[in-house]
Amino acid sequence: MKGFQGLLSVALLIAIPLGTARLSLAASKLNIVTSTQDPSAITRDVGGDRVNADSIAKGYQDPHFVEPKPSFLLKLMKADLLEVVGLELEIGWLPPLITQSRNAKIQVGANGYMDLSRFCEILEIPTGQVTRAMGDVHPLGNPHYWLDPENGRRMAKAIQQKLAELRPEDAASFAQREADFERRLTDSEKRWDTAMAPYRGRKVITYHRSWPNFAKRFGLDVVDYVEPKPGIPPTPSHTLELINLMKREGIKLILVEPYFDLRTPNAIANAVGGQVVVLLPSVGGVKEVNDYFQLFDYDVNLLTTAFAKTK
Amino acid sequence: MQRIVFAAFMGCLGSFFISAQDTAELLNRMKAMEDKIKSLEGQVQELKGQQAALTAAVTAAPAPAPAAPQAPPAQTATVTPEPAPAGLAAPQMPSGPLPVYGGASAAASKVFNPDISVIGDFLGGIGNGNPRGTPSLEMHESEVGFQAIIDPYARADFFLSFGEQGVNLEEGYLTFAALPAGLQMKVGKMRAAFGKVNTLHNHVLPWTDRPLVTQNLVGGEDGIDDAGLSFSRILPAPKDLFLEATAQIFRGDSDDVFHAYKRSDVSTVGHLRAYRDITESTNIDLGVSYSRGHSPIAEPLINQLYGIDATLRWKPLRRSIYHSFVGRFEYIWDRAEQPMNIRTTPSGFYVSADYQFARRWFLGGRFDRSGRFNDAQLIDTGGSLILTYWPSEFSQIRGQLRRTSYAERLTANELLFQFQFSMGAHGAHPF
Repeated sequence: MKGFQGLLSVALLIAIPLGTARLSLAASKLNIVTSTQDPSAITRDVGGDRVNADSIAKGYQDPHFVEPKPSFLLKLMKADLLEVVGLELEIGWLPPLITQSRNAKIQVGANGYMDLSRFCEILEIPTGQVTRAMGDVHPLGNPHYWLDPENGRRMAKAIQQKLAELRPEDAASFAQREADFERRLTDSEKRWDTAMAPYRGRKVITYHRSWPNFAKRFGLDVVDYVEPKPGIPPTPSHTLELINLMKREGIKLILVEPYFDLRTPNAIANAVGGQVVVLLPSVGGVKEVNDYFQLFDYDVNLLTTAFAKTK
Repeated sequence: MQRIVFAAFMGCLGSFFISAQDTAELLNRMKAMEDKIKSLEGQVQELKGQQAALTAAVTAAPAPAPAAPQAPPAQTATVTPEPAPAGLAAPQMPSGPLPVYGGASAAASKVFNPDISVIGDFLGGIGNGNPRGTPSLEMHESEVGFQAIIDPYARADFFLSFGEQGVNLEEGYLTFAALPAGLQMKVGKMRAAFGKVNTLHNHVLPWTDRPLVTQNLVGGEDGIDDAGLSFSRILPAPKDLFLEATAQIFRGDSDDVFHAYKRSDVSTVGHLRAYRDITESTNIDLGVSYSRGHSPIAEPLINQLYGIDATLRWKPLRRSIYHSFVGRFEYIWDRAEQPMNIRTTPSGFYVSADYQFARRWFLGGRFDRSGRFNDAQLIDTGGSLILTYWPSEFSQIRGQLRRTSYAERLTANELLFQFQFSMGAHGAHPF
C-alpha cells in the first residue's frame, strides 16, 4: 500500500510541473545561443534588432574548457537556434548542456542546431593514424577557422540563410544586413591586407595551434608552438629547443592567447630578445573588441606594431 | 637415338617461332606505350598551363565570392597536408592544396557506432586499514561506456563496470531529452538523483574512495542505483536562478539501502536543485533530496533517507585551466525502521575542499563523520588529504592519506593511491 503511495507522490510530482507549464507565445525576436562569442558577433551583425544573440563561452576563456553550468541551460531552453563552432571544440562541455536543455529545437540534427564548420575552409585535418600520443588533437580538423575573414564571410552567409529559414518574414532584412556585412568585410580586408603586406612570410611562434587560418590568410609562417603538443603544457626540453630555434632563425614574436600563462612565453622572449604578443583569438577577448571587425582590427594593429618594432 | 635428335630439333624450332612471336608482340606493346607516354606528356603540359593561369587569377583576386552554404563541396581530406611537424616551417603554397570545406564527415563510415570509452581505475593501499581494509593492489574498476543518439527523440547511455570479480551494469538508460512541458524522462538503470556523491561515477570523484556517510547509509560504492523511471523539469524561478525538480521511481532494489520483496515495493527519490552564478567565476549549487523504500532487513520495514547538499565553485575564466576551487558539503539523515518497532535515526556528513594550484595539480582535504544504519550510536570519523596530478586530460594519478577512527575503537591510517586513464571518445567534463 505504501508503495502505491509512493507511486501517487511521483505522479503528483510529474503532474504539478505539467500544470504550471506556460504556453509559449511567439517571441518577437529570434533567440540565438552560440557556443563562443565569434558566431554571436556575426549573428548580431546579420540579424540586427530581429535577434537576441548570446554566447556561452566568453572570448577571454579557453573554449576547450568551459564548465557546463546550469545557468547556461536557462539560455538554451529558450533558444530557437544554437550555433556551434564544431570540429569537437566544444566536445567536453556542450553535449550535456544540449541534452539537459529540454529544448527539442536545438538537439543535434534538429533544425535549430547549426554546426558552422560545415560551411568553412578547415585546415589541419589529420591524415593517417591519429592517436592521443599526438596530444589533444582534433581529428576532424583545426576548429579555430573563424580567424580567416573569408570564413567569417561564409559564416555570415550561412547564418543569414538559416535566419531567413527560421523567420521568413524578416528574410529581406537579413539579406540586406548580410550584404552590408560582406561589403564592410571586403573594405576591411583591404585595410588589413595592406597593413599586413610588409610582413608576409614573417616567422612566428604561437602558444597553441589556434592560428592556422589566420596565418594562412595573412601570410605568417608559424614555425613552432610553446606547447610541445596540443593541450600539453610547456616542458623544459621543448622550451630549450624553441629558444635555440628562435635564435637560429631570428624569430622574435611569440603569439599567446589571453587564457594561457605568460611565464614560459616571457622567459623564452627574454632569452631570445623577442616579444610576447597577447593576440585575441575571439571577439570579447578584451572589453573594446565587441564585433568581428574589431577583432581583426585589434589583432592586425598589435601584430603590425610588434613586427615594426622587432624587424 | 635418331628419334631423340629429331625431337630435340623440333623443340628448338618450336621455341624459336614462339620467341619470334613474343618479340614482335613486345615491340608492338612498346610502341603503344611510347604513344601513350607522349600523349600523357601533352596532357601534363596542358594542365600545368591551366594551373599557372588559375594561380595568377587567385593571386589577383584573393577574396572570391563565398560558396553557397547549403551545398558545401564534398570533403576531400586526403588533399590536405598533415600539420607541419614542430620545428619545420609550413610552406606557403599559393598553388597548393585545394580548400577543404567542412570537416564533419571524416568518420562517415563509423558515424552510427556509439561513442565508446574505457576508463581504467587502478587502486592501491598501504598501511593499516582495519576493519575495512582494501586490497594492497587491485584493478578496481574498468568502466566501459557506450553513448549514442538513438533517434530524433532520444539518446542512450550505457556504462558497464568490469571489476576483478565480474561485470555490473552500472547504468544503462534512455533519455528523452525534450518532452512536452519541458519535461525530461530517463528510463533504465541509473544512479539515483539523491544528493551529489550518489550521482557520480567513481572516476569523477575528487577522492579515491567514497565518504563514510555514503558507505554507512547510502549503499557504498554502488549507492542507490536501480532500474526505474526518472522525470525532471526546470521550474519557473526568479531571473538567473536555476531550479530543477526530479522525481524518480525504482524497482526498489539497491544493495544495502532498499529491497523489493514484491512488485509494489518500489522505491522513490525526489530531488530539488537550486543553482545560481554569484559572479562569472563563482557559483553556488544547493540541493535537497528524499528517498523512500523497503528496508533490506525485513519486508514491512521502511527506510527513508533525507539529504541536503551544497557546492561552492570558483574558477576564474581567464585562467580557468590553471586555478579552481570546489567546496562540497552533504548531510544525510536516515530514518530506518528496525525489527521490534525500533527506529534508528543515524546521520552523517562530509565536508571537502579541492584547490587546483597549477594546470596539472590539485590539493584537497575532506572530513567525514557518520553513524551506522543499524546503530546510530556507532559513529565513524575520518579525515583525508588528497593530492592529484593530471599528466594530461586523459589520465590522472592520485594519492590520498586517510585516517579513520571506527566506532569499534579501531583507527586506520592508510595511504591510498590511484591511477586512472581514459581511452576512446572524449567524455564531457563533470560539473
